[in-house]
This record gives sequence, C-alpha cells and structure tokens, in this order.
Amino acid sequence: MSSRAATLRLHVESALGARVASPFEYRDRPLVEAVPAGIRSVDLLTGGFPRGSLTEIYGPPCSGRTSLLISALASRTSASEVCALVDARDAFDPISAEAAGVNLKNLLWVRCKNVDQALRATDLLIQGGGFGMIALDFGDTPAKMVRYVPLQVWFRFRRAVESTPTILVLLEQESNAKTCASLVLHLGMCKARWSQAAASEPEVREKILQLHSPGTLFEGAQVNAEMIRSRVKREGNRLIRPHEMSMGAGDSADFETRAAEIRLGAMAGIRGLEGGPGKR
Amino acid sequence: MAFASIFVPNFMLQAVVRAEPALRARALALIDGNPPLCHVVAVNEKAARAGIEIGMTKMNAVQFTGVEMRPRSAAQEKIAHGALLDIGWSVSPRMEDTAQDTIVLDLSGLGQLFGAEPEIGAHLAWRASECGLLAGVAIAANVDTALVAARGFSGVTVIPPGEEAERLGQLPVGMLEPSTETAETLSRWGVRTCASLAGLPVLELSERLGQEGVRLRALARGAVERSLAIAEPVHFFEEEMELDDAVEGLDPLSFLLGRLLDQLCARLAARSLAAAAIRVRFELQPDFENALDRRKEIFRKIDLPGAFERELQLPISSRDSKMLLKLLRLRLQSNPPGAPVRKITLGAESARPRATQGGLFLPRFPDPEKLEVTIARIANVVGEGNVGSPSPVDTWRPGEFHMQRFLAPVEVAESTGGRRRDPAAHSPASCPNFKASASFRMFRPPMPAALELWEGRPTRVVFQGLRGDVLAAAGPWRTSGDWWREDGWRQDDWDLEIHFHPASGERAATAAGAAFVSRPGCGLYRFYFDALLGCWFVRGVYD
Repeated sequence: MSSRAATLRLHVESALGARVASPFEYRDRPLVEAVPAGIRSVDLLTGGFPRGSLTEIYGPPCSGRTSLLISALASRTSASEVCALVDARDAFDPISAEAAGVNLKNLLWVRCKNVDQALRATDLLIQGGGFGMIALDFGDTPAKMVRYVPLQVWFRFRRAVESTPTILVLLEQESNAKTCASLVLHLGMCKARWSQAAASEPEVREKILQLHSPGTLFEGAQVNAEMIRSRVKREGNRLIRPHEMSMGAGDSADFETRAAEIRLGAMAGIRGLEGGPGKR
Repeated sequence: MAFASIFVPNFMLQAVVRAEPALRARALALIDGNPPLCHVVAVNEKAARAGIEIGMTKMNAVQFTGVEMRPRSAAQEKIAHGALLDIGWSVSPRMEDTAQDTIVLDLSGLGQLFGAEPEIGAHLAWRASECGLLAGVAIAANVDTALVAARGFSGVTVIPPGEEAERLGQLPVGMLEPSTETAETLSRWGVRTCASLAGLPVLELSERLGQEGVRLRALARGAVERSLAIAEPVHFFEEEMELDDAVEGLDPLSFLLGRLLDQLCARLAARSLAAAAIRVRFELQPDFENALDRRKEIFRKIDLPGAFERELQLPISSRDSKMLLKLLRLRLQSNPPGAPVRKITLGAESARPRATQGGLFLPRFPDPEKLEVTIARIANVVGEGNVGSPSPVDTWRPGEFHMQRFLAPVEVAESTGGRRRDPAAHSPASCPNFKASASFRMFRPPMPAALELWEGRPTRVVFQGLRGDVLAAAGPWRTSGDWWREDGWRQDDWDLEIHFHPASGERAATAAGAAFVSRPGCGLYRFYFDALLGCWFVRGVYD
C-alpha cells in the first residue's frame, strides 16, 4: 500500500514538476512583523500594523483617521525609519504632525493635486524601496473619485510591498482596497470633549448659546475604532506579540474584541496661543 | 628617488578623438588656421598612410577620400590636459605640469601602494587609457631622462639608475629639442643619435655650441639633475563638446551627456573624488526667426540669452555616471532647453566620496542614489516644489512651513553607532508612550465662510454649501504679526464643533471638489476671522 502511495506521489510530483516545485512539502506560514500604530488601544485591538502589507483606515471626516495615521508615522519616524506621505489633496499640517511626535526630517511629503498624481507617486515610492511606511492619504478626496481606482491598482500595490518591510497605509472615506488589505480599520464619528460643557442637542438655540462660555477649551475627542478585517492570526488565549504572529492567505480575524475606543487629546501646537507656534 | 613622465603623442589629435571615440578607427586629419588659409596640423597613422602630410592645405587634403577632417579644438585640448593632470594626481600629489601633453610625477614612497616601478608605469598607462588618452610612460632616476624617454619610447619604459646614457643613446638628437640652429649644426656634423652627442668632448662642444651644447650633452647622457616645479591641484572638473549640427531632442542629448558624464566620472575616479554638484550649460542655436530677431537686438545693443544653465545639487556625492545621467535627464525633462543645442559644457564640483558602513541591525533606509532618482521622478509628476521634507519656520504665522530637500538620514544611522535594533522594542506591547492627539488637516487655500454671531460668539456657519449650528466654541485666539510688511496678518481663530443640517450635506455633496462633503453629521473645525480682509475662513478640520 505504502509503495503504491509512494509511486502515486512520485507520479504527481513529476506531472506537476514544471509548475509546482514540491507540491507535497509542508510550508510554514511566513512570519509577519507588526509594528505599533502609536495608540495603545489600537495596538491592542489589531496587534499593530503588519509590515509588507496594505493597511486600510477609513471613516468620515472628523473621525480620527488622520490622528491614527499621524501616530503611526510618529511611531515609525521616531524609530529612525524613513516614511513617505503621499498627500492627495495637500492637507497635511506639518506643525501639528511635529507636535504629535513625527520626526519631519525622516518624512518625505509628496503634495499631489489629484488621484492620478498620488497613485503614480506611490508607485514610484514603492518601487524605490527602503521606506518603513508609505501612507497614501485620500482623506479629503471625494469618495466617488477614489471608487474609480481599479481594484488591480491596490492588488499591484499589495504585491509590490509583499516581500518588503514597508507598511503601506491607505487613508480614505470608504473602504476600496477590499481583500487586498491585510488590516482594515473603520473609525466612526468622533465625540468632542470640551473643558466646561458639551452639547448633543442642537435644536434649542438657548441651550447652544449657554455652551459658549468664555472659558471653554477644546480638550480632545473620543473615537470608536472597529477592526473590519485582519489577516494577523491570534494563537491560543494570549495576545501574542506581532512579530510572533503568522499570516496566511485565508486567515480571518481571531480577536475577542473587534472594537476599541481611542481618546485623543488636544494638540499643544494648534490649541491656542498659550501652547501655540512658539512652543515649537 | 624615481620620476615618471607621461607623454601623450599627437596630443591635438588625441584630444579630438577623446571627445569623439568613433574617430579612433578612421583616418583623421586636423586642420587649423583662418579660412581660406587652413592647413593640416595633425594626422593619425591611417591618414598619414593615405598620403596626407602635416602642412598640407585643406584644399589638398579634401582630395583624399576616406579621410575625416576636423578642426583643431582648443577647448578639447584644454579638457584633455585637465584629464592628463588628473591621471598624475591619481598617483602622486607631487606633479609637474611640464607641457600640455607632458607631466612628470615624483614616485618616492609609492612602492608600498602600487608595487614596483613597472607596475606603477602600467597603472599610469591604464589610467590614461581609462581617460581616453593613449600615453607613453617612462620611469627614470631623474626628471629630464624620464621626459626624454617618454617622448622617445612608446609604451611603458623603465630606465634603471646608471643605464640612462645607454638607453637614451639610441634616440635621435631631435628628442632633446635643440634649437633650429643647433639641430642644423649637429646634422652637419653627422651627430644623429644621443649616443653620438654624449660621446663628444664637453670643452670642445662648449666652445662651438655654447651652454646649449653642454646642456644637450648632459641630457643625452641622462645626467641632468633638477627638482620638480609642483603644480597646485584643482578641484573643478569640466568636459565640453561642440557639435557640428545642433541637437534638439532629449534622447540624442542624453546620449551625448552620457558620454561626457562617463569621462567626467572617470576623471573623478582617477582623483578618488566624487561629484557633489553637476553644472550643465548648453549654448543654444537660435532658429531662423530668432536669428533675425537677434540681429535686430544686436543693433539695439541688447543681448538675448543664448545659453541654458542648470545645476544639479546632489545630496550625497556620487560618481555613478548612469545615476547622474538619469537625474540630469529627469531635470531636463521637466525643464527642457527650448532650442537646439550646439555646445555642451558639463562641470562637476568635487567632494570626497561617501563612505558609510551599513549595520545589520539598523533600520533600513532607502538607497541614497536610488532615492534621489525616485524623488526626481516624483518631482516630474507633482512639480519641483511639491516633494521634500517640511520644516517649521520660526514665526507665529499660522500654517507657515518651509519645504526643504529630503535627505536620506544616513547620518542618523551613523550617529546611532551601530546600535542593535531590538525587535521587542518595536512591538506594540512595548510601544513608546505617544500621546494620541487630535490631528489637524489644512484646507489649502482656506475656504471662505459666513458666520452668524451672537454677542461676539459664532452660532451658525455656512461654507461650501454646508450649513450648521455651532454646538461648542473655543476662542478667539488672536494672533497678529509682520505688520511692517505687505503680507502682515491679524486673525482671530476659533475651534468650533458644528452640527450640520442633513439637507445641506446632500446639497453640498453635489459640489465638485468639496473635500469633506460625505454627509457630515458633526465636525470639529477651525475657523478664523481675517481682520485685515474682514472675512471669515475655514482653516482646517480636526480629524
């Protein structure tokens, strides 16, 4: 029986020899290294941003998407990695980014005017290689325009970064990369925190006006992050470190929690005069 | 002590061939002089075999078929002389610039670096051929013997001490460069070779030919001792090419630039240097209409710009000609000369080559050369000033920053001193404690807005077709500055939390280009009132 199996195996191997090198050989899933996103709750939720893959962050404006991206850039640039930001609508604010911890000397900023320029610049950066993170910011680009980007573009980007240590982050209003993204995060509308009062019902004019007390300060915001998809697998009951995690083609998310709350503070550099540009 | 002399035979011709290597395999004659009195001043071996002689008029020379005629080029001779000097400095800092086609080097102490004298000679000959020159090299114990031997013998010649008279003896007296009168006298005496001259008694020779005779005899015996007149090294390299027919397209221009860059990089390599900046200068040929205009302008005594200049500053010094050509090509693609080019001058500012040791455990950086090409390509797509690294400016003016050239942080890698990168330090569990803060997105340019105020505080806003109520407000943060300049500012900033009316979001969604119009419910925006313009604007959004 065993000899027949061996013969059969030999036959199959020789038949597939030209196309598959060793069809019966067990292959270990390649280890994937993940790096911190810079926000602890997101790191605990996702296990970090995986290297060599596409991470998609989407949500409406004022949902903390940019804050998450800037935190990730701060995390990478402070680790002396070179990062690139492809800004499709020229919306990046270097002052607030520096206040958030981004080392601007390690950041290559590409200011684009349209989607086409942004995609071409991203392509060139990926081909250039050596970047720790490449962020493609479509945050202010109308969702309708990003929707026109063919799926094969995201697929090509994913394949281009696959065997590199580069993290490709895509920021947009709607999810477009679909299955090309290894990690998909959706951020909901943020809730602002004010020092003296907060309002939720805008109908009553008098009530609104009460909120405008002269001493009110913007103190930050609260955002809900939801993990839509992750190919980083969790093993056992413990939350293993990302560099021990494995990534397989068909793995789905295996985390107990799929949502986290992000608390964002007000930024010294843009808050007001007392902590404004002079603090730079 | 030993000296090496490098002599480039037929220098005028070799200078032209160096710029146009295809001529090396053909019969070539150089002509010089003011037309119509042009004469042949140099010929190569094939042209000589074809029957062309030096001194022949151009009219006679053109009768020969299959012979290329080129004008003598003083510019190419100057560049070839520069290349010859570079060959010398590549081996020894003590060098004498004897003539346009000859240099002499002091070889003392070079044995440990280059080996024995024959090896140094071979190395010099190889360097010369790398720079496009076929040179004779001679090594001897004194300067003048080396000079005479380099002119007299082809290839590499090494004359051991004590054998000078014997080796120089077979050379004709003409190699010692006597004056015309002395040469005629020696010829009448039947003194043809150096050996015959060296055998003459010195006193009688002095009586008949004076000091020149004595000097020539000492030269023929290889017994003249003198020190070198050391030349000062130069640090600017230049290559030039004048074209018979003006070139217009980028592709043929790239081909010529590539050839010049190859020569430039070979010279830099010979000096163990690299280029820190490349300067390209094109002399442009005006077209027919412009030429007429130019005539008019000459009458009006106004000079039209007939040259195109560009400088390519390199973040890291390099002598990779292919990479430099790519960068130059990309620069010219985005900024073409705009007229046919008739002369190309390429200069390189020299610097020490980059020497870095990469670490196994250091974060990966983009390869600086590759990064520079990538940035140049991106600049071609998005524009020159739209790619780089932002740096804050020391001012209170809101949103002010400066875009600077992005440099690969090689220095950072060096400064970490090969510190080991711990994977655990990069895991989320040990994530550095970044304070997550609300980031800001700028609207460039700021959007005009209309605000309704009650007791000086905003209550309703309208901008880009969106209408909303203010839920909470913080401000005003008043800033002003640069009042002494035309672009001074005086602004009141407000942080506003806005609840948008649902209908307004839909209406605004139809407006093309509105960035944030996907039916926002609430939003945190920064508005400002420009007191100089008397208008409200939206500066950006907290996201």
